[in-house]
Amino acid sequence: MNHKLEAADLTLFRGERCLFAGIGFALAHGAVLALKGANGSGKTSLLRALAGLIDLEEGTIKWDGRPVLEDPQQFRSQFVWYGHRTGFKQDLTPLENLKFDAMLRPQRDASPRDVLCSVGLEKQMELPMRQLSAGQQRRAALARMLIADVPLWLMDEPFTNLDVAGREFVEATLGTHLTRGGMAIIATHQALSLSVPVDELVIQ
Amino acid sequence: MPGMITAFVATTQRELLLSLRRPGDMLNPLVFFLMVSTLFPLAIGPDNETLKEIGPGVTWVAALLAMLLSLNSLFMSDYEDGSLEQLLLSGQPLPVIGLGKTLAHWLVTGLPLVIVAPIVAVTYRLPNEVIVVMMMTLLLGTISLSLLGAIGAALTVGIHRGTALLSLLVLPLSMPLLIFGARTVALAAGNEVYSAGIFFLAAYAVGALTLAPFATAAALRISNE
Amino acid sequence: MWNTIWTFFHKLASPPHFYRISAILLPWIAIPGYLLVAWGTYNGLFVAPEDYQQKDAFRIIYVHVPSAYLSMMAYMIMAISAGIGLIWRMKLAHAVAAAAAPIGAAFTFLALATGSIWGRPMWGTWWEWGDPRLTSELILLFLYFGYMALRSSISDTAKADKASAVLAMVGAINVPIIHFSVVWWTSLHQGKTLLAEGGPAIDAGMLYPLLANIFGFSLIFGSMLLRRVRTEVLFRERRKRWVKELALGGQPA
Repeated sequence: MNHKLEAADLTLFRGERCLFAGIGFALAHGAVLALKGANGSGKTSLLRALAGLIDLEEGTIKWDGRPVLEDPQQFRSQFVWYGHRTGFKQDLTPLENLKFDAMLRPQRDASPRDVLCSVGLEKQMELPMRQLSAGQQRRAALARMLIADVPLWLMDEPFTNLDVAGREFVEATLGTHLTRGGMAIIATHQALSLSVPVDELVIQ
Repeated sequence: MPGMITAFVATTQRELLLSLRRPGDMLNPLVFFLMVSTLFPLAIGPDNETLKEIGPGVTWVAALLAMLLSLNSLFMSDYEDGSLEQLLLSGQPLPVIGLGKTLAHWLVTGLPLVIVAPIVAVTYRLPNEVIVVMMMTLLLGTISLSLLGAIGAALTVGIHRGTALLSLLVLPLSMPLLIFGARTVALAAGNEVYSAGIFFLAAYAVGALTLAPFATAAALRISNE
Repeated sequence: MWNTIWTFFHKLASPPHFYRISAILLPWIAIPGYLLVAWGTYNGLFVAPEDYQQKDAFRIIYVHVPSAYLSMMAYMIMAISAGIGLIWRMKLAHAVAAAAAPIGAAFTFLALATGSIWGRPMWGTWWEWGDPRLTSELILLFLYFGYMALRSSISDTAKADKASAVLAMVGAINVPIIHFSVVWWTSLHQGKTLLAEGGPAIDAGMLYPLLANIFGFSLIFGSMLLRRVRTEVLFRERRKRWVKELALGGQPA
């Protein structure tokens, strides 16, 4: 199914400060949107508001033409979140973490082991997360994205803590997702080099 | 998409597994409980009659404080490592996930207290029939305390140094449980009718089970803004 | 008809309108309140007959009973407006909840203090754990403290509003349970209650001043609440144009 995400008139205050007002965009399947702006400009806040983590002052977000606030839980099962922190328990292994994640949203028909191998963690998948390097932990978090059978990826600064190889890996992973007809919204201050054209939304 | 029950069971399992990896989190409240129960005879004196009289109350206060002590960490590590975000953004209903976490908390904190309480009760010279009543009140009471405490833990999860605040929020709310729990045991010790207290505690537990998960879920969303 | 009412409330919920309407409303609540309390207190202290058992000591009910009543009332107002704010995202309702808490805590303290002073000649002690009313007032005071502590430890107003609203609603469900459990607890010891429920009929000369004071205290509470909400609204909207215009001496738009 071809999905569609539309947002209009988004306005958000943080305390007294207006982060942005009247922002809108539309995203179709296979497309990617980059949220740009200086540090503290509110791109992370916009991403969090899109996910429903923070309340917008004004504005509507529609998934497949329906306001997401009508059924937020249904909308949440349509995306997967990639945040600053991995969201994995440090005392569990990548494999255990990934197996738990399978309960949270629709999954692809792939075994967690295979997915962890595909992100290059075949040797580390049975070690506790705390023994993995920062880069390896990011790769484990990417495995969550790959195994999820959801159309939308929301990524907050996905290139932090990554070397050149890691960065290319994220971009390749994103490419796979987009060619499968997925869509992505990425808050980043770096330029994306992807095979598909990248829409940009600059927040002042 | 996996069902609600699957998510509930998976959450409980994950929490239990985490407790196994960090047994200290499970043992600390238990040791604390035993230590607080030791403080009272030391402070009051070894007179058997007095100890028998204060036994039910002391055990209940110690259990209440031990539960409170363990609550702070209920959502804290999830908040710090970002897994709370993942839980909030999952396609599963948050009250169900919260309830799974609360059940695990009760299994590793509340239930051991119920099991260990007889040891304390014996040192306070409480007769066996009274100890059975005490275990019943603690069983029902700790379930309610876990559920009630989860709301407080969810409200204070993002707050720096939230431990004292958590006690301030949860203690007044838990006073009815203390009253009914401790007095019921005291009534049993005095050979009086005590069933009213058991019924109250059971009713409270059912009410908390129905309502508290929704308050916890709402509080978690607010705290993670 | 319903439309008119709905429009009225919708307008009232907008801060500038509330600020204007409340200014007109304020004296109409405050002045009758103070007049009633003046009449009730004068009659209660000087005109009403002496109590058969308690002599003049009973006269403290003219402060104690209205305070105790308002301490509960304020908590309910706080919880209901917090709930409205949370469910319908109405900012003014949150301001009402925030404003009600300290006044409620003050009345709770007043009820505790007067109860304790009353207890001194009656029981021969400042505090009697066997009195269920005093004990549940004390727990109510703790509930207010918890609410205010939570609110003050969250710096973001919108977040503090929502978090404390959840707490207020949980507390509101628990207030009757707390009262019930405390009553049960004291019933085991034959508590010495100052005001027996369903006791002998009270003399009309004692009753009317009491009713006047309860009603008058409520009106004074209402005016205090309104004043605090006005301040709260001004503070929360301090960056908005209408407040700036107001501060510069103009009329709110």
